[in-house]
Amino acid sequence: MKNKVLQMLFAPNGAAPSAEAAAAQELPSFEDHSAQEKRHTTCYMCACRCGIEVTVEDNQVRFIRGNPDHPINKGVLCAKGNAGIMKQMSPAKLRNPLMRKPGTERGEGEFVEVSWDEALEHLTERLREIRATDPKKLAFFTGRDQMQALTGLWAQQFGTINWAAHGGFCSVNMAAAGLYSIGQSFWEFGDPDWDRAKYFMLWGVAEDHASNPIKIGIEKLKRRGAKFVAVNPVRTGYQAVADEWVPIRPGTDGMLALAMCHVLLSRDLVDWDYLGRYTNAPFLVIDNPGQGDDGLIARDDEDQPLVFDAASGTFVDGMTPGVQAALFGEYTLPDGRRTRTVMSLIAEKYLDPQYAPEKAAEVCGLPAETIERLALEMAHVAFKESIEIECEWTDWAGRKHDRFIGRPVAMHAMRGISAHSNGFQTCRALHLLQVFLGTIDVPGGHRAKAPFPRHTPPPIKPARDTAPNTPLSAPPLGFPTSPEDLVVDDQGRPLRIDKAYSWEAPLANHGLMHMVITNAVNGDPYPIDTLILFMANMAWNSTMNTNSVQDMLRAKDDEGHYKLPFLVVVDAFHSETVNFADLVLPDTTYLERHDAISMLDRPISEPDSPCDSVRVPVLEPDRNVRPWQEVMVDLAGRLGFPAFVDEQGQPKYEGYTDFITRWEKAPGIGFLAGWRGENGDQHMRGAPNPNQWDRYKENGGFFQYHLPEHMRFYRFANRDYLEWAKEVGFNPSSKPIVMELYSEVLQKFRLAGQGLYDGPLPPESVDRERLAHYFDPLPQYYVPLEEQRVDAKRYPFHAINQRPMHMYHSWDSQNAWLRQITSQNYLFMNRARGERLGIEDKSWVWVESHNGRIRAQIKLMEGCQEDTVWTWNAIGKQSGAWGLSPDAPESKRGFLMNHLISELLPAADDERRLTNSDPVTGQAAWYDLQVSITPAEPEEAGSSWPHFDTVKPLPGAPTPPDQLRYQTHEAVPLRRSFLDIIKRR
Amino acid sequence: MKLGLVIDTDTCVGCHACVVACKQWNTSGTLGPLTDYQPYGKEPSGVAFNRVRTYEVDTYPNNKTINMPMSCMHCETADCVTVCPTGASFKRAEDGIVLVDQDKCMGCNLCAWACPYGARELDEAVGTMKKCTLCVDRIYDEQLPEAERQPACVITCPTSARTFGDLDDPDSQVSRLVRERNGYQSMPELGYNPVNHYLPPRHKPHAETTPGASLPSLTERFKSWLDKAVVR
Repeated sequence: MKNKVLQMLFAPNGAAPSAEAAAAQELPSFEDHSAQEKRHTTCYMCACRCGIEVTVEDNQVRFIRGNPDHPINKGVLCAKGNAGIMKQMSPAKLRNPLMRKPGTERGEGEFVEVSWDEALEHLTERLREIRATDPKKLAFFTGRDQMQALTGLWAQQFGTINWAAHGGFCSVNMAAAGLYSIGQSFWEFGDPDWDRAKYFMLWGVAEDHASNPIKIGIEKLKRRGAKFVAVNPVRTGYQAVADEWVPIRPGTDGMLALAMCHVLLSRDLVDWDYLGRYTNAPFLVIDNPGQGDDGLIARDDEDQPLVFDAASGTFVDGMTPGVQAALFGEYTLPDGRRTRTVMSLIAEKYLDPQYAPEKAAEVCGLPAETIERLALEMAHVAFKESIEIECEWTDWAGRKHDRFIGRPVAMHAMRGISAHSNGFQTCRALHLLQVFLGTIDVPGGHRAKAPFPRHTPPPIKPARDTAPNTPLSAPPLGFPTSPEDLVVDDQGRPLRIDKAYSWEAPLANHGLMHMVITNAVNGDPYPIDTLILFMANMAWNSTMNTNSVQDMLRAKDDEGHYKLPFLVVVDAFHSETVNFADLVLPDTTYLERHDAISMLDRPISEPDSPCDSVRVPVLEPDRNVRPWQEVMVDLAGRLGFPAFVDEQGQPKYEGYTDFITRWEKAPGIGFLAGWRGENGDQHMRGAPNPNQWDRYKENGGFFQYHLPEHMRFYRFANRDYLEWAKEVGFNPSSKPIVMELYSEVLQKFRLAGQGLYDGPLPPESVDRERLAHYFDPLPQYYVPLEEQRVDAKRYPFHAINQRPMHMYHSWDSQNAWLRQITSQNYLFMNRARGERLGIEDKSWVWVESHNGRIRAQIKLMEGCQEDTVWTWNAIGKQSGAWGLSPDAPESKRGFLMNHLISELLPAADDERRLTNSDPVTGQAAWYDLQVSITPAEPEEAGSSWPHFDTVKPLPGAPTPPDQLRYQTHEAVPLRRSFLDIIKRR
Repeated sequence: MKLGLVIDTDTCVGCHACVVACKQWNTSGTLGPLTDYQPYGKEPSGVAFNRVRTYEVDTYPNNKTINMPMSCMHCETADCVTVCPTGASFKRAEDGIVLVDQDKCMGCNLCAWACPYGARELDEAVGTMKKCTLCVDRIYDEQLPEAERQPACVITCPTSARTFGDLDDPDSQVSRLVRERNGYQSMPELGYNPVNHYLPPRHKPHAETTPGASLPSLTERFKSWLDKAVVR
């Protein structure tokens, strides 16, 4: 090779015969492909789960690129995914199981290394005792894991109701609002129809939800000339390329959406046929104020909803095909009760001047003309630029249609909508707007992704009762439909440690992880014994009120025992939370393990194709670490969970991969849907296939089932789809999915709040008031709860946060390549507003809330709504954590906004302190924060506050290098000949 | 042949995917390793051939955010090559790629001063100048599938904002994009004649409104609906 290079370098220059041929001859062979191997797995640098091809050379990663065949990312990869090498190289990787050093205090960061046998025997004994006495004394909460189907099953088999993942502090408002309204939602539940939409409105989306799928989609929209409108207080990230930026005041999006509904109604721009046929708009609502049936849906003897048949003038089952259902009007039932149609209630509510654009303009800080224009633009696209796909399909009643009608207006929304205490109703308002325009699951609109759509809501109720050594009879999480389903005791007191499904958060479908430590330490509703945290930095950036939570973890009772007796932290890295653990179980990185990203869980499906995928190890771990899912299967066997042991009580599965292959939720339905059946020739449903993992590997790590065209749209009412969805286990019934514009579920809770419900009633007045106010069966806007309780003059700014596109939580702000892009966060504010306050760019300020104060450095910018300040979340770190040096800017100049956010609402005249969460779902209200900004003294400039003690290094932790020179092989150089130098001059 | 990049500022969301893809490919590439300084310390930085710069244009609320990924423009008048005292810097005649022979570079920094685009990166660990190679070690690697013979920044770009090709060929995709989308050079007035081009934001599509049917009052509106029935 070398000779060839030399020879060619001395070749005369001039007109090369063919440039490519010349180049090919001239250049050396840079890569020894024979020494490299390409393996396909799934990224885990954020929650998107893109397919990646990892080129491995000598057990090191040469290159990670997007898998071009993968349905999620189609070959592309974001900055995070491209930085996987440095995640693998992180000096913060945990190396051994650790126990808190005997005689030291929790949080001192003194640990001793122990063997896995010792660690697991110790944990097993503790868990065995809990399980044999009171299983709910184990709380198991997981962060951004992608295996909730497994962790939930594990908790259910253990017998504790105290399990949830991070959804309660992420986006449960969005998920719950969608599942109680339209049977799907945004993000993992449904996607904009990127290939057909002509108008796209993006609501409250920070730079990471989702990553590559949205980026790919936005480019498609722009290439086709679709209009892209971004509703967001901050113009960064995706909003940068929006055709129109709508700088809304935080927490007021519900008002904006409902004002648009007002405009559409007042101009008669509503898809009446869609509304009438696929929603509960014609259903009759009982009008009986002060009585227990007020606001409930009128039903026949079979419990079917009634409509008024305009043709016959009679009341009939609203699910009767072909009935001419009246959309408006008041009707008196044969028994004398008065009713009104849902649509009458909707029109009456939203035509009211309180939802007029002029009113919304004051609330949202936007011009009324803009609000009206945006609504009319969407109406134009929906109704004047509708699209049709010719395709024969059959609706739920057996009627044939020759085309799918599409309303090409698409939306996406995420945490800016959901992380407010009015987020559930805001998200419902967005869905109402979508339904008015007829855009749900139609061509060009917002399309469900399998296993969605599901029934509104899915018919699963959360488990309530626990008993020693007994699995729960239902999953810990589910969907209450009436007060009877709450997880409370006979006196109405919460039974879960996070108070999910209590009167304080009745539809807490994802739990309230942000309340677990506070409640457990306060013994409210009861003390627990052990808390297992997996992949959740609950002593730092994933908790509210960080400083106090660290104190709680150290708190002891009068007898000197920790109020939270035993804390197990499972993680791959040395996070701030690891520092507080009594037992640390070190996980692998994503490149070192198997994973099943299952349709039983948070799906990766595309609208046209149900999908699932796997991770397979591409590197051998060089540390004494084990994948947590292997450890869970191991523990399940040791503890004798019925689903994990055979008749003799012996462990049934050899490990995680064996479990994934053989476990069945129902006959033929398991974690992975592809290549089932003994010979691997069945998809979606079939007997376990012993070679299933191999088939996934052969297919690049994923499985994609292509729905036939006639099953791709209107799936809530598409008979062939609904029957297929039942057959493959997505839904227990093939009945049509009726979109609930009016939520009878909410009304039942509201009746309970009013003291009228014929069933359980809340014992405390604060709950009665909240239920009566916030459980409006129709979407509503109300001022976020913290804002209701603090003095707006004292705290005039809304404070919000988001993550930069190139980082996903604390995982990536430690990354040697990514922290070169951002290693300090600033507090951003509107330039003109800042200048009016005498605040200079790059100056230091105090930021104060009702909960405390922090010091931060300001950056002034144009793209920030005037009443808003914001920052990047999870850049700020505790000194010494995550393998960073104690003087790293992340700890010295960066900051956490979390200190300002209380997990409890400001005190008022309530019977008890209330969670700082949505009153419907318990969603953490991160973005309700109100703050004041004042300049810091000159001598205070230069560092953030508060300061924390430096976390000690862990035993055996490597010293982070001062310099990195990563390469997987010695560079093959390109040389220039002297002759060449001479000739060219 | 004039190989180069065309970068679309209409779709670039500033995600830095191209920055990191460049880093991970090139740190094991022909100019690798690309040294990182204080990777876990007080002032983390490192050699990077491609960086995204973000600007705001105009004032609130009419402001616009523009992301400009910047790497070597592979200028036709490459002063960085002219000023090189050792001949280490060169522009390949066959494809126009500007490269640095690491054996001849003495790290004098003259090229960095000559480059108005900030594309040159001194690797302090070895004292030589490094820069974007247009992934010369990918684009001519016939052992890679043809679709992959592109710079790492291009194959990874999630918004397809980066296109690679021959700006000399009027029929190439890059030339067509420059023609059809009014592609421009960065700071052409300086006279370096950069090969890389940028595409400006597309004009905002004209969005029509539908006025619908206004009625004198909302009561009238209600009345108009009274007999409305739909087929279930």
